[in-house]
Amino acid sequence: MPSFVPHTQQEIKSMLEFLGLEDIDELYDHIPVALKLTQSLAITALSSEFDVIDQFTEIGNRNTKDLICFAGYGAYDRLIPAVTKQLASRSEFVTAYTPYQPEVAQGVLQAIFEYQTFVTRLYGMDIANASLYDGASALVEAVNIATSVKGNKSVFVSEGVFHNYRQVLGTFVKGTQTNIIIKTDKELEDFDAFDTSNTVAAVVVQSPNRYGNLVDLDKVKQLCDRLGCLYIVAMDPIAASVLKTPGEAGADIAIGEGQVLGMPLSFGGPYLGLFALKQDLVRKLPGRLVGQTVDTSGKKAYVTTLRSREQDIRREKASSNVCTNQTLMAVTAAIQLSWLGSKGITEVAANSSKAAHYLRSILKSEGFEFYGDDLFLFEFSVKLKQKVDDVLQRMVDEGFLAGVKVLNEIDGQEYLVVATTEKRTASQIDAFVKALVKADN
Amino acid sequence: MSDTVFKIKAAPGGKASSIPLMGNDGEPTIFEYAKPGRKSYNLLDQKLPTGELNDLLPASYLRVNKLELTEVSERDLVGHFTRLTHRQYSVDLGAYPLGSCTMKYNPKFCDELAFMSSFNTCHPSAPEAVVQGWLELMVNLEEALCEITGMKAATLQPAAGAQGELTGLLLMRAWHDDRSHNKTTIIIPDTAHGTNPASVTLGGYKVKTVGTNEKGLVDIESLKSLLDDEVAGIMLTNPNTLGLFEEEIQEVASLIHSVDGLLYYDGANLNAILGKVRPGDMGFDIVHLNLHKTFATPHGGGGPGAGPVAVSERIIDFLPGPKPTRLGTNSYGYTTPIKSIGRIHSWHGNALVLLRAFGYILFHGSEGLEKISEMAVLNANWLKRRLEDTITPAYNRPVMHEVVMTAQDLAKDHNLKALDIAKALLDEGFHAPTIYFPLLVHEALMFEPTETESLDTLEALARSVEKIIAQSKTNIDDIKSAPRNTPVQRVDEALAARKLLATYDAAINK
Repeated sequence: MPSFVPHTQQEIKSMLEFLGLEDIDELYDHIPVALKLTQSLAITALSSEFDVIDQFTEIGNRNTKDLICFAGYGAYDRLIPAVTKQLASRSEFVTAYTPYQPEVAQGVLQAIFEYQTFVTRLYGMDIANASLYDGASALVEAVNIATSVKGNKSVFVSEGVFHNYRQVLGTFVKGTQTNIIIKTDKELEDFDAFDTSNTVAAVVVQSPNRYGNLVDLDKVKQLCDRLGCLYIVAMDPIAASVLKTPGEAGADIAIGEGQVLGMPLSFGGPYLGLFALKQDLVRKLPGRLVGQTVDTSGKKAYVTTLRSREQDIRREKASSNVCTNQTLMAVTAAIQLSWLGSKGITEVAANSSKAAHYLRSILKSEGFEFYGDDLFLFEFSVKLKQKVDDVLQRMVDEGFLAGVKVLNEIDGQEYLVVATTEKRTASQIDAFVKALVKADN
Repeated sequence: MSDTVFKIKAAPGGKASSIPLMGNDGEPTIFEYAKPGRKSYNLLDQKLPTGELNDLLPASYLRVNKLELTEVSERDLVGHFTRLTHRQYSVDLGAYPLGSCTMKYNPKFCDELAFMSSFNTCHPSAPEAVVQGWLELMVNLEEALCEITGMKAATLQPAAGAQGELTGLLLMRAWHDDRSHNKTTIIIPDTAHGTNPASVTLGGYKVKTVGTNEKGLVDIESLKSLLDDEVAGIMLTNPNTLGLFEEEIQEVASLIHSVDGLLYYDGANLNAILGKVRPGDMGFDIVHLNLHKTFATPHGGGGPGAGPVAVSERIIDFLPGPKPTRLGTNSYGYTTPIKSIGRIHSWHGNALVLLRAFGYILFHGSEGLEKISEMAVLNANWLKRRLEDTITPAYNRPVMHEVVMTAQDLAKDHNLKALDIAKALLDEGFHAPTIYFPLLVHEALMFEPTETESLDTLEALARSVEKIIAQSKTNIDDIKSAPRNTPVQRVDEALAARKLLATYDAAINK
């Protein structure tokens, strides 16, 4: 029987003797007999790790391999260097627990401190936490802060925010009894025409939005000022390296999905919820925060701080229940961002954008039409003649994951949202267009 | 006593894994290594027409202030993060008896599973036909978790235990709403993890706390006094956070069910009962599991975890969606239950964590899983007996997978607090146990050895605890200044909170 239990039969015997027991089952004697399982679980062991790997290889082969990825929508196929993969796989990072004993956790604590610094610099904000689960959970926590600070249970959320994030928000507000009111980006940008008679706790926008288009964040800021509410901006961190940042646009809270900072697509997880805010909201920050301090000898040290915000101390009065987060992903992001540096990340954004503009220009010359204006970075929405699902399937047959089907909730139309990254080459793009012309015929 | 009990030939962990870790000086931050002109990155040649971002977008949409991250060479980058790993304790380095956290050994072959490109290059939005392998794996994992817990169906979306708890409470709410029940409160024991009451509030309920009796179990009389028609349910951990099995669980279940309440099982301590007894058979309706505890997915310094939620028949229709589902013999897709509470995760949960856990379960099978629990319980009971003449168990009864000791007398007589023992253990090369939890035990030290620590390691750990306690009686000052053989000594937590420096930029401008 395969096992990672180190005990020899002799040791088990001597340990039982030490406890005055004859049989291992006696350890469970105090459990009511009626509750005890009378037969084994119906789970058959594979006889070795090699058998497990063989079986996983077989199952893995049922995923279609080597599709060239033009899908994005919050999860992007970006370059991951060997350095990031290898350093983030070091078992000291991988097999540690939450840094509750700072004296023996300086490695993780300092890496998180550096991660927090990177996130604040990317978003132009003051404080970033040590991570949340994903982009969607970051949105939920941001809305919870706003309703708590403003004492108002209504929030305007743009239709341009990823629909899956809004669905998650819709799930969790059933507990917090928050009222989500959907608005379009156009409505939120047109602050003069906006009816400001109803107050809300926050306005949430995403730029680039889920169609790939940029939002005029300054205009939405003006609306927030008139409404006297918090301003929550969701932004991809690669985009934030070149676009006007949430902080520069006056956001109170910035959120995003950090998968693009060194994590493989991996079917959606584990990813990284980015979360940053203005100094005046720090007492409301969800999850862990690492701060710099000194030890008893005066030496610089790092420790989790403002702990009184957290669930293990505040219990039912805590504003967030987050305990386990995505620390390893935050460490991965710190490594990836160190590798990219300021120049690297802006070049990644620019190269991705150049690829998207190149793709759109040839699609245009082939007669394709688009949803939204020309203000986009590395993702945009294509109008198709055929059903998007059918086109996606035909494109799979040609070796492409062509994009993500998106349903516009206002006009009821569906679009193909395509994304390019620094990985997509001119020849791949040329082949993609050729295949799409055929698939959408 | 120790020599008559057991002779150690070699103790893995302990002093051999101790400290000092490499390097006495602090490691500079990655920002201090920056020099203009240095770089690590290199990008693919896409062979695209040249162009500038400024030509593609109006300036009003572009960054105002130039971004500064860092500029370092790859060699310096690797050196920096490698030195950080040398300042970090981990399971791979030595024993980690942190109670409630199940810090067992994480098998290396599971890492290899997570690196398989046939899984980790899949985009989460891909059409069902493209990800049949992933869907099959998730359905099979769901079935295995249901078999282990005695439940009927599960969602794999929750990314951690706390998210699983909140999911479970929203399921409870949806079930009650569907029956037009008017429910306002959730009962939790005073021994509960902090996430429980926090989740209750976020689930829109109020907390009622049930007391613990002298046996360390839910006080049935106290529970009865809290029951009324407004009780939506109870959240329990079993074995509870004192490491004790709630022997009267059937009575608890029937009491809660008598007011149309549901039972929620916090799976933090599932490692004690695999293949022995199942939450479903105890009367629970909703169960969350911590795959990063019981099924050995590495904790990553604080995450990622995975907190699937399994439910009984009557809750199935409310589960989150979209949910991987078997449609035919070899065909998989997504379905959304008819009364679904909605989506929990951006995509499908922490997929690679789920994958590792499934590999771990397949490797062990039913017999292996049972053995895990048996040895975890044996280790905890052995350690309790081994130490009980030295430090008092909070409850002198057979424990399950973990044991809570109290340093109350040591604190009173010798000023030796739980914190001091924890810090002194760091010098001995062991990770500290969980301290000051559960809250109702004064000066609590909660040891969870897990099944993967050997008898030799347990003996070495016990000797270290004995040594610390003996030393405290003659030289408490020495213990109070522990740890000394660590990269830093006791840190000033009050200063960190009073003068918040949460970024490098804040620290240099202080």
